[in-house]
Amino acid sequence: MINNAWLIPVFPAIAFLIIVFLTRRVQLLSALVGIVAIGTSFIMSIGVLREVLVNGISMENPVEYAFTWLGIPGYLKIEAGVLIDPLTAVMLFVVTLVAFLVNIYSVGYMHGEPGFSSFFSYLALFGASMLGLILANNYFMIFFFWELVGLCSYLLIGFYYHKHSAARAGLKAFVTNRVADFGFMLGFFILFAIFGTFNFRELATAIPNYQDTAFLAIAATLVFVGPIGKSAQFPLHVWLPDAMEGPTPVSALIHAATMVAAGVYLLARAFVLFASLPTVMLIVAYVGGFTAFFAATIAITQSDIKRILAYSTLSQLGYMVMAMGVGSMTAGMFHLMTHAFFKALLFLGAGSIIHALEEQDIFRMGGIYKDMKVTVSTFIIASLALCGVPPLAGFWSKDEILAGALNHGFTGLYVLGTVVAFLTSLYMFRLIFIAFFGKRRAGLHGHESPFTMTLPLLILAVLSIVSGFVGAPFVSHGFSSLVYYGEPHHVVPNYGVMGISVLVALAGIFVAWVLYGRPSDVPTKIKHRFPFIYNLLVNKYYIDEVYMWLFRRVILGVSYILNWHDRHVVDGIFDGVGRLTRASGHKLRYIQTGNLQTYALVIFSAVVIITLWIATPVFGGMLQ
Amino acid sequence: MITLNHYLALGGMLFCIGLYGALAKKNAIAILMGIELMLNAVNINLVAFNHYLEPSKVVGQVFAIFVIVVAAAEVAVGLALVLNIYRRRLESNVDDFNWLKW
Repeated sequence: MINNAWLIPVFPAIAFLIIVFLTRRVQLLSALVGIVAIGTSFIMSIGVLREVLVNGISMENPVEYAFTWLGIPGYLKIEAGVLIDPLTAVMLFVVTLVAFLVNIYSVGYMHGEPGFSSFFSYLALFGASMLGLILANNYFMIFFFWELVGLCSYLLIGFYYHKHSAARAGLKAFVTNRVADFGFMLGFFILFAIFGTFNFRELATAIPNYQDTAFLAIAATLVFVGPIGKSAQFPLHVWLPDAMEGPTPVSALIHAATMVAAGVYLLARAFVLFASLPTVMLIVAYVGGFTAFFAATIAITQSDIKRILAYSTLSQLGYMVMAMGVGSMTAGMFHLMTHAFFKALLFLGAGSIIHALEEQDIFRMGGIYKDMKVTVSTFIIASLALCGVPPLAGFWSKDEILAGALNHGFTGLYVLGTVVAFLTSLYMFRLIFIAFFGKRRAGLHGHESPFTMTLPLLILAVLSIVSGFVGAPFVSHGFSSLVYYGEPHHVVPNYGVMGISVLVALAGIFVAWVLYGRPSDVPTKIKHRFPFIYNLLVNKYYIDEVYMWLFRRVILGVSYILNWHDRHVVDGIFDGVGRLTRASGHKLRYIQTGNLQTYALVIFSAVVIITLWIATPVFGGMLQ
Repeated sequence: MITLNHYLALGGMLFCIGLYGALAKKNAIAILMGIELMLNAVNINLVAFNHYLEPSKVVGQVFAIFVIVVAAAEVAVGLALVLNIYRRRLESNVDDFNWLKW
């Protein structure tokens, strides 16, 4: 199975072509093709995971095969290849599983949409690109697929392209990611300039001899810019909340579970590069920690259900990046996996609610738990998992991150992470109490979603409960003995950290209940007591406004100057060259009289001059 | 005593006359005649060099015969062109041969 692992991304790619060229007009057939393709990939991923476990393929002894895709012997070799280690296998499993469930869900959610077939073709293309990204064995290939997932993200955010805001959001995501990708590209080009290879394993052996050099630090920082964009870390996080303009299954698949986690995956893949540079690791850790806190504070004040979840995703991605930064690659990847399940579940649940109510503002919902029992109960399970209530998935992974931060001496980040855990349960249960319980708002008629939508919810709910156990401290040969950097290790339970984080999570839920669980005017009072903070949060720290200001003043100003320079200096030079040529030609054309005899005279004179020139030594000899 | 230099001087003079004719005359026939003079000046040089420097070999004479043959062909073509132009345009002044110009 492992030797055929390269087929995993090929199936969705073929499905994409089939849908585009053959089954476009038959909607259900398109969906079927997409589901079958990603389902095959899912089964193969299970096979790969099984072989990795059975054959004892570890991080040190991965399976790698490649062919030279493009090469100039001695200068450049770009491979197309597959690298399979436990990290790859776990990611393959998570991505294909979530993608499979989202594909099934979309049949119900997108039912009756005009772009039904194109939606499934985009999903298939995304699946192919994302799986290619995971399997890539070198930077160049990962970058190639990195751009492709960015393209799919753009296409799917702007899926409702007739809506102005959706089109703009797609553009925003694309442009923001382009900024980050440029940094990433520069980073791995510097690596290529130093080491002469793009291959991860060759780099992994070469980098440790090159520690603590400025070039390597610059390269690592630039490579980190890629994840800042793709995993939406501060300050390039602005595109992710707007990306919620896309259809909800897309938000679940791309903008919560898989694509945005690609940045974290890249950090894990390139971990050897970062691990050799403590300064860069510090940057990574603090960017992640800050993003986690920053996004959680914004989430408290938002009222759109998908935006709350988007800021929650930002915050959780911040956790993962922070875990990478403090050096617990295992914890980061573990959280990536559990988060993929419960956050996909949250988004799909939100999609189910939006599908039933056609309403996204939580303040216009309320009391819908009676109508949508499956959706609401799975949503609450996912929320509990996200908040880190034991024994659900998020508890184990989040605790590992917090314990990792504490063990590696980042006490500040540990405290910050614990505060974020409190904020997380506060905003999640604020959402739940407002939207699901309390008084039913007038004019809403909730109904449970069809079977194709509730089935993925149930499966993901089970996974949100159990997936944490693979990395729990009491499991021997668990997650940490598979995916690690350096030495495989066993997680030592830190009961202090566990206790505190459980307390904090419950405290968050309690505060949410006090504020929103029953009729109360406390939230309004708080709002009026601290108008400055409230406005800051509701307006997302005015980051978008700052960027717009920067764009209008700085970028347009500089562009104006550059435009003038281009028009007058650069164009002036080239126009001048052209004018000079034309003018000189105009004058010189009189030399060409058209009179043959003149030409013959010129030719003869030239021959005489050349002869004299050659004969000069002879004359010199004669004169002496 | 006639030496090589006499022949070279004769050849040089003939060449200059031919060059003048080819460059300065306006009549196409005169230009062709000038060219013939130049070619024959060269022939004289070739034969003279052959006679005085390498009498045992006849390289120069063979060259001269080649030149004569080529010149004959050239004159035939040239005269045919001139004749045709004259018939069509009643013109043999090369300054007026300008209908191929830009």
